[in-house]
Amino acid sequence: MNLNMTLIGELIAFIVFVIFCMKYVWPPIIGAIEDRQATIADGLAASDRAAKELELAQDKATAQLKEAKAQAAEIIEAAKKRDAQIVEEAAAKAQAEKEKILAAGHAEIETERNQAREELRQQVAVLAVAGAEKILERSIDAAAHSDILDKLVAEL
Amino acid sequence: MASGAEITSQEYIKHHLQNLTVGEGFWALHIDTLGWSIFLGAIFLYIFRSVAKQASTGVPGKLQCAVEMIVEFVDDSVKSTFHGKNPVIAPLALTIFVWVLLMNAMDWVPVDLIPRIFEMFGVHYMKAVPTTDPNMTFALALGVFALIIYYSIKVKGVSGFIKELTTQPFGHWSLYPVNFVLEMVTLLARPLSLALRLFGNLYAGELIFLLIATIGLFQLPVHFLWAAFHLLVIPLQAFIFMMLTILYLSLAHEDH
Repeated sequence: MNLNMTLIGELIAFIVFVIFCMKYVWPPIIGAIEDRQATIADGLAASDRAAKELELAQDKATAQLKEAKAQAAEIIEAAKKRDAQIVEEAAAKAQAEKEKILAAGHAEIETERNQAREELRQQVAVLAVAGAEKILERSIDAAAHSDILDKLVAEL
Repeated sequence: MASGAEITSQEYIKHHLQNLTVGEGFWALHIDTLGWSIFLGAIFLYIFRSVAKQASTGVPGKLQCAVEMIVEFVDDSVKSTFHGKNPVIAPLALTIFVWVLLMNAMDWVPVDLIPRIFEMFGVHYMKAVPTTDPNMTFALALGVFALIIYYSIKVKGVSGFIKELTTQPFGHWSLYPVNFVLEMVTLLARPLSLALRLFGNLYAGELIFLLIATIGLFQLPVHFLWAAFHLLVIPLQAFIFMMLTILYLSLAHEDH
């Protein structure tokens, strides 16, 4: 155990080392460590948050999808109903049109037939008169017997 | 074995336990102790400083990881024992731990290797393990002791510190001198035990390495076993020195 000046020398070295460590070594390293710890903690918290948000978003998306499906079904249902209605209306309209056209056709035919019948009647009357004139040229006076002829014409 | 059969094992051991000394008596300097300790301290500070300079908060490199592991280990040790705020204790603990660890680790270097190399250059004495020199361990312990006194007075004031030394464990005023003697023993035992524990363990370890070196051919497995045992002793002694430093300084901060 020979204690001597070496002790003083080592003490000075010790003090210098500790001061150097205190000034230039410890603060940056522990700072970096603590910063990184904070960063990692933040990252973990953010990922937790993101996971929760993702879950929420997925729930929301599912709900929206469900709603959209329901809406689509509703719209399709309405469209089908409207379709049937349109078809029905169109059929009814067509039926009415048909009937109208038919009725008009019948009426036209009726008038034309009446007209033709009238014409025929006129001509028959003329023919009958002509025939009768030829047969009874001499014996029948047209003026005297016109009332008979008129009756005849009306009977046709 | 040392140089040939002409020196006995006793002389061999004695030779290896001799410091390279300059000067006489109290003014003597152990060049080997100073040189190796400062060299190792410089290695420690160089490595840690180079990491500190480019310390990034991003993904750390391998060296940065290793350094950060040690720093965090020391930081945890400090935080588990010392609860105040003090910018000195943690760097102090780091310096003590790594420096003492490196100096102790010189014990693993084969006992003849470094002395032989230096002998080639005409240097006849070389003790490469600085912690086997009581000057080294007492320097550390006295540094810590100075801090204990400094913080005791800073935190409690001079009167508070004196009160702590005199008013316990016995409360009566007539027993204050007895208290003072007891407390002084406690106080002085701290640096003394710090220094002697480290010195004693490492000196004994070194001595046994030297003894093993004298037993001839069988020394190799025995050396290996003893070195393996030092896997425990070397970090443990560094850790104990650091832990006790933190403990003593936290006790110095406690105000009764």
